[in-house]
Amino acid sequence: MSNVIIDRAGNKRYLVNITVNGDSYEKIVKGNSLLVNFLRDELDLTGTKRGCELGDCGSCTVLMGGKPINSCLMLAVEADGLEFTTIEGVASTNEIDPIQDMFIEYGAMQCGYCTPGMVLSAKALLTKNPKPTELEVRTAISGNLCRCTGYVNIVKAILAASGQEIPAE
Amino acid sequence: MSKEYAVIGKGKRRYDGREKVTGAAKYCGDLKFPNMLYGKMLGSPYAHAKILSIDTSEAEKIPGVKAVITAKDVPSLTYGISPARWDENCLCIEKALFVGDKVAAVACVDEETCYKALAAIKIEYEVLKPVLDYRTADAEDMPQLHEKYARNINTEIHQEFGDVEKAFKEAYYVRTDTFAGQRAYQCPIEPHSAICIWKDNKLTVYSSTQSVHYFQHYIAREFGLPMGDVRVIAPYVGGGFGGKLEPTGLEFNGSVLSRITGRPVKMFYDRQEMFQHNRGRHQGTYIITTGVDKDGKILGCHCDFRTDGGAYTSLGIASAYYAGALLPLTYEFDNYKFDNYRMYTNLPACGAHRGHGAPQPKYAFESHMDNIAKELGIDPLDFRLKNARRPNTVTPNAFIINSCGMKDCLEKAAELSQWRDKKKNGLPKGRGIGLGTGSFVTGAGYPIYRTDLPHASCMIRVHEDGTSATLYSGSVDIGQGSNTVLLQMAAEAMGYRYENMKMVSSDTETCPLDFGAYASRQTLMSGSAVKQAGEDIKRQILDMASNMLGLPPEDLDCVLGKIFSKSRPKVEPLTFEEVARRFFVLRGPVIAKGVYTPPRLGGTYKGAPVGTSPAYSFCVQAAEVQIDEETGQIGVVQAWDVHDVGQVINPVTLHGQVHGALFMGLGETLMEEVKFDDKGKLLNGNLGGYLMLTALDMPPVKNALVDTYEPAGPWGAKEVGEGATNPTIGCFRNAIFDAMGVSVNTVPLTPEKVWRALKEKNEKSEAK
Repeated sequence: MSNVIIDRAGNKRYLVNITVNGDSYEKIVKGNSLLVNFLRDELDLTGTKRGCELGDCGSCTVLMGGKPINSCLMLAVEADGLEFTTIEGVASTNEIDPIQDMFIEYGAMQCGYCTPGMVLSAKALLTKNPKPTELEVRTAISGNLCRCTGYVNIVKAILAASGQEIPAE
Repeated sequence: MSKEYAVIGKGKRRYDGREKVTGAAKYCGDLKFPNMLYGKMLGSPYAHAKILSIDTSEAEKIPGVKAVITAKDVPSLTYGISPARWDENCLCIEKALFVGDKVAAVACVDEETCYKALAAIKIEYEVLKPVLDYRTADAEDMPQLHEKYARNINTEIHQEFGDVEKAFKEAYYVRTDTFAGQRAYQCPIEPHSAICIWKDNKLTVYSSTQSVHYFQHYIAREFGLPMGDVRVIAPYVGGGFGGKLEPTGLEFNGSVLSRITGRPVKMFYDRQEMFQHNRGRHQGTYIITTGVDKDGKILGCHCDFRTDGGAYTSLGIASAYYAGALLPLTYEFDNYKFDNYRMYTNLPACGAHRGHGAPQPKYAFESHMDNIAKELGIDPLDFRLKNARRPNTVTPNAFIINSCGMKDCLEKAAELSQWRDKKKNGLPKGRGIGLGTGSFVTGAGYPIYRTDLPHASCMIRVHEDGTSATLYSGSVDIGQGSNTVLLQMAAEAMGYRYENMKMVSSDTETCPLDFGAYASRQTLMSGSAVKQAGEDIKRQILDMASNMLGLPPEDLDCVLGKIFSKSRPKVEPLTFEEVARRFFVLRGPVIAKGVYTPPRLGGTYKGAPVGTSPAYSFCVQAAEVQIDEETGQIGVVQAWDVHDVGQVINPVTLHGQVHGALFMGLGETLMEEVKFDDKGKLLNGNLGGYLMLTALDMPPVKNALVDTYEPAGPWGAKEVGEGATNPTIGCFRNAIFDAMGVSVNTVPLTPEKVWRALKEKNEKSEAK
C-alpha cells in the first residue's frame, strides 16, 4: 500500500508512484481519485477521454502493462507502482504508429472522441496478435463505443495496419 | 464522378486526422484556464413540481464553494427556437417540468465540491401530478404544463395540398396503418461542456456546440449584450447529431457564475445529465392512410401524427413540421394532407436528432407502402419504381426538386442486393429482404432564427510568401469532416493544393458568420461561400500573373498551384507561391470573401418554410435479415445503401457519413430506447442501459452511389450526413415482414416483439 499522509484536517492522502509513457510520477492523491482524472488533471494527458465514467464506453482506455483497461474504473491509489501507456505514448516522437496512420488513411475517425481508446485497444490487439481476423478485431474493440463511424472504417484501418488487404468501398 | 477535378472528388486525408489519432485534439472538457472553477447545475428530482423555496445557505458554507445561484440570479427571459415558442428559462422560476430540469447552479474549486454543494441545496417542492403519456396529454383531467398552451398542445399542424378526400374516393384501394416509435437519444460520446469567461465587459464561451453563431445570438440576447461583446468558440466537438445545436443552460449559468466569481467557470454534464437534457428523437404515433389506383400509383395520402415533445419546445417545432413535410419527397403524388400534434409532457424535451423529425414517420410510411404493395400483389421494388420521384419536379407542399436519382438508386440497390433473383427464386426459411427510401434537405431554406443575415460566409487569406492559405469559416466540424471538405473546395476553387491549406473555424470572433452544423447544410451552403472566395483568390492571382507574364488573364489558369498559359504551352509556368508573394509586395494581402444566401423557396401556407432547401439528397437502403422463429432474434445478413449526393467532394468522409447514419438508424431500429418509470424518472440514463450497437453488432454494409449533378450546389454537390438515417427502420421492418409475414408496428423492432407477432400469427392460423 502506498504511503499514507494525513493532512491538517485529518484527511488521508496517498503518495503514489505511477509510470506513464515511460516517465515515473510521484504524486499525492486522494483515496477517491480515479486514474482517468489523475492522468487528465495531474499530468495534463487529456488524450484519455471521459465519456461515461461507468466503464461502458471505453473512451478512457489506457494500456496497463500492454492490456487495455478502463481508467475510469481504477483508482489512482490502485495504480501505485504500475506502468501505463496513454494515447500520448503511442507516438512519442514525430513518427506516428502504423495504426494511427491507417486510421487517418481509412477515415476511421470522425469526431475523434473515441479514437484514443480505439487506437489503444487496436494496439493491444496487434501487439499480441499481429494478423487478426475481422472477428478478432471487432471483439477487441467491442468495449469501445463509437457513435460516428459504424465501426466500418475502424475495422478496415486495423486490418490494414496489420498488413492485410482491404477491398475498396 | 462524371468530371475529374484536381482536388475535390479525392479521398484526401482528414485535416484533423493527426491531432485526433494522437490524442492532441482538445475538446471543450480538455481545456483549462488559470484560476478556473468548476460548475454544475442541479436538476429537479420530480417530473412536475412547484418550487416553494430554495435554501442555499448550507451549500454556501462548504469550503471551496464560490457561488450558488438560483432563478433570482439569472435573466428571466425565456428562450427556444422561435419567439412564438420561447418557453424555457436559464433556471426554473416557479415550476420544474421534468426530472433533471435545472433549478440551481454552483461554482466550486473542484468537481467533487460541486457534487457536495448540489447535495446541500435544500429545495421545498410541491409535487404535482405529472403528464407522462403524450397520447393522453390533452385529456381533461391532465394538469397543464405551460400557462400559454392549453391542453398541453405545443404545436398543432394542419396542412392540405390538393384534394385528399377526392383522391380516396377515386382510389382502387385505400388503406390505413398505424405505427409508433420510441424516444431515442443522440448520445454523442463527448459529454456537453462550456467554459465561460466573463471579464471586463467581454464574455467568452468555449462550448461543445454545433453552431457558434446560434449560441452567440442567444447568449447575447439573454444578457442584453451586443453580439460583438460575446465570443463563442467551439473547440473540437465530439459528435452532436442535433443534440448540441441548442443552448443547454450550461453556457447561460456558467456565464453568470463567471460574472459573480470573476473567474473562468467550466460547466459540464455527466452521462446521466446528458440523457436528462436529451433533445433527442420525438416518439410518436403515426396513422397513415393512402389511396392507390389498380397499378399501385399513389393518388393521395393523409398523415395523422401525434408526437411527444417533452417539457419544452426546444427545436421541436421544426421537428413537428419536418415529420410530415419530408414524406412526399421520394414518391410523386399530388394530394397530401398532414396533421400533427406535438404534445407537452413532463419528460425531457425532444429536438433535432439526425434526420430531424423524419426517420420515424418514414418508417411508418415505408412500412405502409409495403403493406399496400403486398395487398395489390406488387413487388415492393416495382411499387417504388412506379411512384419514384423524378428530377425537376415539385412536391405537393411546394418543394422544388432539381437533381434526383431516386429511380437509379432503386435499380442499383436491387442490383447489388440481387433483389430480382431473390424474389424469383425465394430465400431460405427465416430469411427476408426489405427496401426503404429516403431523402433529406441540403440545408434549411430559412435561417434557424428570424434574421435577414446570409446563411454562410467566409474569408480566405493567402500567407505573405504564398506557401499556405487559411480559410476562416464560422462553420463547425463536429466530426462529419466539414473542415476537410471545405478546404478541398477552397483549394479547388483557388487552383491550389489541399495540403497547403489551413483552417480557422467555429469562432465568432475570428471567423465570418456561418449558421453551423445542422440540416446537413455545410457542404452546400458553407461550400458555396468557400467556392466564391476561392474563385476570387484565383482571379486576383491570375490578374497578377497576367502582369508578370504579359499575357491576358483569360488565357491563364491555375491548377494545383501551377499557373500556365492555356494557349501557349511553351510559356514557362509560374508557381502560385511566387505570384502570391509578388502580389503581397505590390498590393498587400491576398484576401477574398464569400457569402451565400439561398434563393427564396417554398409556398405561402402556414409552416411552408420547414423542409425547403436548395437541394435534396436521395437514397435507398436494402437489408437482408435472418429471423430465428423460436426466439424472434433478428440477424442482419447484409445492408446496402445507394445514395444520390450529387458531386462527391471526399469519398472517404462521404462513405463514413453513410456508415454512421446507417449505424444510428440500425440502433434505433433494433435496440435504442430511452425509458422512464411511472414517475417520469429515467430508467436507463447510461451506456450500459441505453444500448447502442457495438463493433460486434454492426452488420456488413455496402455503399454505392449514383451519378447526378445538382445545379444548386457547389460543383453539383449535396448532402449526405442525415439522409441515410431515413430509410433504415422501414427497410428492416420490411425485411422482417418479408421473412416472416408479420408486421412489427412499434420501434424498436426487438426480438420479443417479433416473437409475439409470430405467436399471434400462429395462433390465428391454428384457429382457422
